[in-house]
Amino acid sequence: MIQIPALRFGKTYTSLDKAQLIHHVTGEPIAEVSQVTGSMIARDLANMARAHRELRSIPIRDILAMYAKAADYFLNSALPCGDAELTYDQYIRHLSATTGSPIVFCDRNARKVHYVLSHIEEVIGGLTRGLPLEAFDKGYTTAGGRMQAFFPTTDVLGAVLPSNSPGVHSLWVPTIAFKIPLLLKPGREEPWTPYRVIQAFIKAGIPATVMGFLPTDHAGSADILRLCGRSMAFGDDRSMAPYKNDPRVEIHGTGYSKILIGADQADRWEEHLDVLVEAVAANGGRACVNTSAIWTPKNADAIAWGMAKRLATVKPRPWDDPQCEISAFAKPEVAEAINNMVDEGLKTPGARDVTQEVRGTPRLVKEGRCAWLLPTVIRCDSPDHPLANKEFLFPYTSVIEYPHADLLQRIGYTLAATALTEDPAFIAECMGCANIERLNIGPLPTNRLTWDQPHEGNLFTHLYKQRALQFAHAVTAA
Amino acid sequence: MKDTPGKPAPVTGATLEEKIKNAKAQLDAHIREVVRWHFSPETGTPFWLEKAKEFDFDPLKDINGWEDIKKFPIFQDDWLRGGPVRRWVPKGYADRPIYVFETGGTTGLPKTRVVIDDFRIDYEMMSDTLPDEYFPRGSNWLMLGPSGPRRLRLAIEHLAQYRGGICFCVDLDPRYVVRCLKDRKIAEAQYYKDHVIDQALTILAGGHDIKCMFTTPKLLAGLDEALRAGKLEEKYRSLGKPIPPGGLRSIRSTGITGIFSGGTEFTPQFTREAYEEMLDNGAVYMTPTYGNTLMGLACSKPIGPHDNFKITYYAPQPRAVIEVVNPKNYNELVPYGCTGRVLLSTFTKEFFVPRFPERDEGEREPPYEKYPWDGVSGVRPFSELAATTVVGVY
Repeated sequence: MIQIPALRFGKTYTSLDKAQLIHHVTGEPIAEVSQVTGSMIARDLANMARAHRELRSIPIRDILAMYAKAADYFLNSALPCGDAELTYDQYIRHLSATTGSPIVFCDRNARKVHYVLSHIEEVIGGLTRGLPLEAFDKGYTTAGGRMQAFFPTTDVLGAVLPSNSPGVHSLWVPTIAFKIPLLLKPGREEPWTPYRVIQAFIKAGIPATVMGFLPTDHAGSADILRLCGRSMAFGDDRSMAPYKNDPRVEIHGTGYSKILIGADQADRWEEHLDVLVEAVAANGGRACVNTSAIWTPKNADAIAWGMAKRLATVKPRPWDDPQCEISAFAKPEVAEAINNMVDEGLKTPGARDVTQEVRGTPRLVKEGRCAWLLPTVIRCDSPDHPLANKEFLFPYTSVIEYPHADLLQRIGYTLAATALTEDPAFIAECMGCANIERLNIGPLPTNRLTWDQPHEGNLFTHLYKQRALQFAHAVTAA
Repeated sequence: MKDTPGKPAPVTGATLEEKIKNAKAQLDAHIREVVRWHFSPETGTPFWLEKAKEFDFDPLKDINGWEDIKKFPIFQDDWLRGGPVRRWVPKGYADRPIYVFETGGTTGLPKTRVVIDDFRIDYEMMSDTLPDEYFPRGSNWLMLGPSGPRRLRLAIEHLAQYRGGICFCVDLDPRYVVRCLKDRKIAEAQYYKDHVIDQALTILAGGHDIKCMFTTPKLLAGLDEALRAGKLEEKYRSLGKPIPPGGLRSIRSTGITGIFSGGTEFTPQFTREAYEEMLDNGAVYMTPTYGNTLMGLACSKPIGPHDNFKITYYAPQPRAVIEVVNPKNYNELVPYGCTGRVLLSTFTKEFFVPRFPERDEGEREPPYEKYPWDGVSGVRPFSELAATTVVGVY
């Protein structure tokens, strides 16, 4: 069993409190992860001004070169993992074993982390809208004849991370390039990716003193969000509610992502079936950018039936099967609870589970220690039905028929929307819609992301603020 | 200060075996006395006199020691909720001044316990375990813990007085904190905690020569965090007082030398963190205790790196007995080292509680020289109930 310590900004710490991670299929213990308390985190954070100074003193070009090396190490080297060393393939197997996410998903998503590491200049260029890199060394740039100055909003970014997919780690990876120290609180079942990225950084030359890997409980997580000048946190609506109005915390919560079919495309829905299915089911349907509602002005019954026929073929497969399309639930009781929520919603008239009608078998499948929830398409008669605007940890979507007139006012918060339309007027409406964060126009699934554009907030503007700056000539000369 | 009448004599014996045997004899004799007191028509407790009518045994004849205690039914904590509280006052003490202390009470009716002198006796026994080097006689105390209808505030104050000192207290309503946490008002709970810590800083800045403190793990960590952030130094500056050389950024620097702390949140890891990172590697002495309003308090074996910060508690026998039992069969002790639910019995002339299942679990520990009876280590919320327990600052 691998012993994974906490990394307290340069100091390895083996705690007496450890969380044991087990293989979701065999129940075999895989690792023990040292846990720290909120008060230990508070003590470590007291040193962040010093860590920030240390990181700031490294030229940005050097840091970017270290990212390139780290990207290579992440994918191609055996890297320390506590008292073990793991190759990339071993890392992926462990990740899959403890999260229940199939190996094929873990590999695909871990490569997103590699992509950001290896394309860091492109990513920070996108997030800063092309700010010349010298600004990160000097604090300002006059390139283009215009003064642009920025100051950091914090000495450290705290990241309270989830366990559901390694792809989310792409979001915090640019932090070090922005010269901000990083505190990572891993998800309980997913210490692997944060620990591996930190090890790749250390091997590439980033000082260990600017990175913390601090597994902790809910109270410790709350301390991170309280004490870090800036943080990002992943969680459901309920757990994130206390931070909704805290500008220091960037919330990554429920996505409520949607596909909005234009009147001009509603009769051509079959041509878009691949896009609809991918948006709902890619990556096991667990991401906040997976579509969870499809709004169409007509043909809703046909669309729901067409999707159900496609999705009803999805079956649970072993975790190491390359054909896997859905994730297992390592805790079957979670799958049961979600299944009950759907069934409870179906008791309200005005909705039917079309996939179950097509498939003829229950949504919940249990085998051994695991459970799966099969893809589910719910045809809702109205956007007010309790199942119309839900998001679950499996491929799930509602299909709603609704006229265009006030559609954009009714959809509510939408992290990612695909507007399936070529109608300039509808496109213009979508462009002006404040309910939508990420917008894909045309047949691009909601889950297709570019990493050089903001996602639930822009990491650069979270970590930096623009300031007015003027120099007297004598000072600039100095 | 003189001992309060009723404090038991220490167990004697040349060997551990002899001490175990003598402790058992002392417990049997004590139980006989206490049961006679609570069940005799002259001195008895109205609740128990009434309850005895349901028993298929006569407590006055059939209870002759510890082994007979199993004849009593499992104590239901609901019996302690609601009045009339006088039914718990033994007739023999009817003319004595009575305190009532509460436990729980965040939702619904709290449990109530009547007390006359028990808290004094319990804390005088506890005082005997404190090393004078770290808890100097005559020094003043800071009570950084719950106030209100709990016995802890009065008990700590008595402890300080018993040792010749004076106790300074803060206002702390733990029910409000639990309510904030249940309502997910995290910032409000933190604000209240800051308010409590600020009161402690004000007392520490007041020049009261405080050397000893009671606190809970969460408040100890909160105080340490505030000190490291320079909050006590700010307080000194605001009072126009000079900051002593070396600063005031650690618990040790405030002059505190001994900490008496309690709560089920006391894990070996927290103890290690406190020892290594808050108390200068044990330069400030800390002793954990495990207790509640029903039992009194159990003391721990000395803690430290020698034992990997393991915390083992021993009840103040013969006044209270801790058993670690099979949660499916309270008559069955688990083997030493094995996990079970904590079953608590309290035997004082003020309060008789046979076989009360605590909301905690732990591992059964063997007797040792200082406490020649069973103990319990690794105390934590009982896993079958833990999901419903909210722990605030207390």
